[in-house]
Amino acid sequence: MTGRLLLAAALLFLLAFLASPHSFAGLFQPLIRPNQPAIYTQTPLWSLTLSHLTLVALAVSASTLVALILAVLVTRPAGREFLPLARTITAVGQTLPPVAVLALAVPVMGFGAGPTLVALFLYGLLPVFENALAGLTRQPAQVAEAARGMGLTARQRLWQVDLPLALPVILTGMRLTAVISLGTATIGSTVAARTLGEVIIAGLLSSNTAFVLQGGMVVGIIAILIHQTFQTLERMAARRIGLG
Amino acid sequence: MIEIRNLTKIYDGTAAVDDVSLTVEKGQIAALVGTSGSGKTTLLRMINRLVEPTHGQVLIDGEDTQDIAPHLLRRRIGYAIQGHGLFPHHSVARNIGTVPKLLGWKPEAIRARVDELLELFQLDPAAFRDRMPQELSGGQQQRVGVARALAARPDLLLMDEPFGALDPVIRAKAQHDLRDIQRQLGTTLILVTHDMEEAVTLGDRIAVMDKGRLVQYAPPAEVLTAPATPFVRDLVGQAERPFRLLSLTPASAVARAGQADGAPIPRTASLRDALAECLWSGRDAVPVEGGGIVTLAALRAEAAPTARAAE
Repeated sequence: MTGRLLLAAALLFLLAFLASPHSFAGLFQPLIRPNQPAIYTQTPLWSLTLSHLTLVALAVSASTLVALILAVLVTRPAGREFLPLARTITAVGQTLPPVAVLALAVPVMGFGAGPTLVALFLYGLLPVFENALAGLTRQPAQVAEAARGMGLTARQRLWQVDLPLALPVILTGMRLTAVISLGTATIGSTVAARTLGEVIIAGLLSSNTAFVLQGGMVVGIIAILIHQTFQTLERMAARRIGLG
Repeated sequence: MIEIRNLTKIYDGTAAVDDVSLTVEKGQIAALVGTSGSGKTTLLRMINRLVEPTHGQVLIDGEDTQDIAPHLLRRRIGYAIQGHGLFPHHSVARNIGTVPKLLGWKPEAIRARVDELLELFQLDPAAFRDRMPQELSGGQQQRVGVARALAARPDLLLMDEPFGALDPVIRAKAQHDLRDIQRQLGTTLILVTHDMEEAVTLGDRIAVMDKGRLVQYAPPAEVLTAPATPFVRDLVGQAERPFRLLSLTPASAVARAGQADGAPIPRTASLRDALAECLWSGRDAVPVEGGGIVTLAALRAEAAPTARAAE
């Protein structure tokens, strides 16, 4: 209950801050040197937040879609031999530092949101893939046996049994990917993607701690809210399949 | 009628099931018994093609199962397994309605069938229809599992250790209920069990499997009195033989005219029950409901294999 109250408070604070940042100028005043602005005004914070969230949502949807398709394919009898390959691809995606991906992608795609999307997409594949894999392979053997024995086709088993039962674990993977992407997206601003990283970078360049804190705070609060939302969804999905 | 002809399954050069042939008549119960690894489950799973045979044929009412697509074949055959395998994310009604839905029944027809089956298995439809499997007791889950297997009115029902996860008291009742329901519906039933007691209680015929081979296929009395191999004799259990033999015959079958004291036993009670009653109450004879008595002498005669052989 206290947790829920705190979350609601955090959400209200965030909305209020984004709607009218200047009302909170007093909060950041102690952090600035004389003559520095307390609140970032180059671009409205709400607009940066929106484009940040859009970017993350796009990247998470894309990595979820691709990772899910991969996980489904390699858990079918025909695709089993591609499991090591799929593991390697997703692991490499996670190993490459997003900064390096940005550096590599800019010459090809130019500045803007594109390179950031690619970096986040690659970075987000692994959590969803590994979780979906675990969810699809660790099903109760009796349920799978019964499904086959009653005459569900492979496709019916996938949609009616395997995926619904794996849903809570898949949501956990999506949660990890979403939270990681949310933080990582900030570095996209180094290559001119419109994200909250812009505020942080501006703060670093002009030694304005207030800017750094504003950017970090908004990202942090959103990360917590997304984390909690996914956890709630996971719990609901787990309850539906008789767990928890 | 189910005809199994020369059915063989070879895994890595070893035969899990080795040239098994047997026939189960319509409406009969065949119990496949054997130790673990004897091939009984593999044999069962070849009937609905969850395992593809290496050689041999299975004919259902003369139709070769190889001529039917596996998923269509399985929708025609009921299948119930140990630990029920209910879908945890579907309600009781949706679980039971699985196969009818696959077969394209109308929703109202499915609903009516679900309620009918719940009634049949003594579960109040209004109370149980919308429950989730994990909200049921073990015995209730097992009944829903069997109801699900029977939902599309299959002529053939396959069961793999269906009562394995139940405690003894519930198991005895579940076996009794299954027998009643099977008789009522006229379903042919092939049941895998490692428990000879269960095989004797339920089977019209018992198929004993050993190392992939069918070593004996006969009515329970014959398996008990004339085991084909030492393995079958061990499986029957020497100490249990007479009691299992007695359990096959209802008291009414050997009741003859006479007078005996004490409370009567039901007509459907087995001779084993009659013996237990005699021993426990210290009587030489017990009356049977509706007339007649069963004497210890009669019980002694029935419990000896020679008496049977002479019949």
